[in-house]
Amino acid sequence: MSSDTHHSGISGLGGEVLGHTDVKVSHCYQCGKCSAGCPLSEEMDYPPSVIMRMLQTANPDLEDKVLRSLSIWVCLTCEMCFARCPMSIDIPKMMDFLREKSLNEKKSNPKAKEIIAFHKSFLDSIKYTGRLYEIGLFVDYKARTLKILDDLALAPKMMKRGKLNIIPELIKDRSGVAAIFRKANKKNKN
Amino acid sequence: MTLGFYPGCSLKGSSREYAESVLAVAKAFDIHLEEIKDWNCCGATAAHNMNKELSLALPARILSLAEKQGLTEIVVPCAACYSRLTVTKHELSENPALKAVVTDANDLAYTGSVSVLNIVQMLDKYIIPNLEGRVVKPFEHKVACYYGCLLVRPHEILKFDREEDPQSLDALMLKAGATPIDWAFKTECCGAGLSVSRTSSVGRLSGKIIGDAKDRGAEAIIVACPMCHSNLDMRRDAINAYLGEKVDIPVLYITQAIGLAIGLDRKALGLQRHFVKVSV
Repeated sequence: MSSDTHHSGISGLGGEVLGHTDVKVSHCYQCGKCSAGCPLSEEMDYPPSVIMRMLQTANPDLEDKVLRSLSIWVCLTCEMCFARCPMSIDIPKMMDFLREKSLNEKKSNPKAKEIIAFHKSFLDSIKYTGRLYEIGLFVDYKARTLKILDDLALAPKMMKRGKLNIIPELIKDRSGVAAIFRKANKKNKN
Repeated sequence: MTLGFYPGCSLKGSSREYAESVLAVAKAFDIHLEEIKDWNCCGATAAHNMNKELSLALPARILSLAEKQGLTEIVVPCAACYSRLTVTKHELSENPALKAVVTDANDLAYTGSVSVLNIVQMLDKYIIPNLEGRVVKPFEHKVACYYGCLLVRPHEILKFDREEDPQSLDALMLKAGATPIDWAFKTECCGAGLSVSRTSSVGRLSGKIIGDAKDRGAEAIIVACPMCHSNLDMRRDAINAYLGEKVDIPVLYITQAIGLAIGLDRKALGLQRHFVKVSV
């Protein structure tokens, strides 16, 4: 592959990012403002600007590392990187794409297990009731992660303050919401 | 007058006091908030992290239901829901192919005609013009107005306030009699959706926010997002552990602070539900 295609951002994973999200990794000139402003960069294996550089190389090994990184899961989508990027590169939008792809290819980082478990428990809760059922979410999350003791003290305190519903809120058209999940999941292996 | 209302899941559960204070303030100004019938969760962080189509189809269903109910303007107090609904409207208007996929998933008509207001926009448009003369107990405290992420970012889509050093909450609190302070963490993230799955990160991120507010002499922190509130209030033990000291500055929703200023009952505003005692 010529260095020209490497830097155009149209080959490899960078090309897929462009095709699916319109985000051009080729526009990044490595100023590092995203990594400087990212509140989680110190907990990441590769800060955002390094992820951008890895994608620019179109090197399959580095692309594989991106999909297996912890970075894409600890990213909070707080949008700070996008706000401060002098080239207006929508990094959060790219992160959403990379996460979905990482899941579909079963490459998600083992250290992101709890983060992903929480998202799955959250979506399962709304798939069945239409709205978030917080007690159900906690129980399901604990079952997935075996983090039984975490936050155990929080529930009674929330209950006392009327912040936890015992009975879930059920919407009427649950089959409509279930259909949304079914159709969305058809195009997605999760 | 009547406005549409999308409370979202947090306001029905862990952030019940936000709903109570929004409804109480609206009522005090003769505004009826009509809930969207049979609304669903917007999908929040989980949906857009895991599945793009889902992250647009869920908010699209909500917007379709509002259209069906004849609502033209809906108030969305949760900053995260506001962000998801506004981003969905934007994506579907920019991308007709995506709109076709999403509306097919929904089986409901969607035109994108409903305007979505965050809480500050609602207060600015319908409450502030009538606030003069209603402030009976000015909120005479130094306040740190904390905007968080999703109320102001991404500006390209939301087109609301400034991304750095926003001013809209500060302007509201000034009208309620408070003294907003200058500080550095107005739009730094609290840790948001990692609250349960990575609590230590939330302790650090929210700790920096609380720490700066304290160092600058804030007597209360004002928020407009249930995720910001639950992290800054309910996660105070993790925050204090990070800071290595006990900080007891209370965190109030903007509607609670305005409610107090116009003399509404503390209980009606749900102040007793907070983890950190509201001493102001």
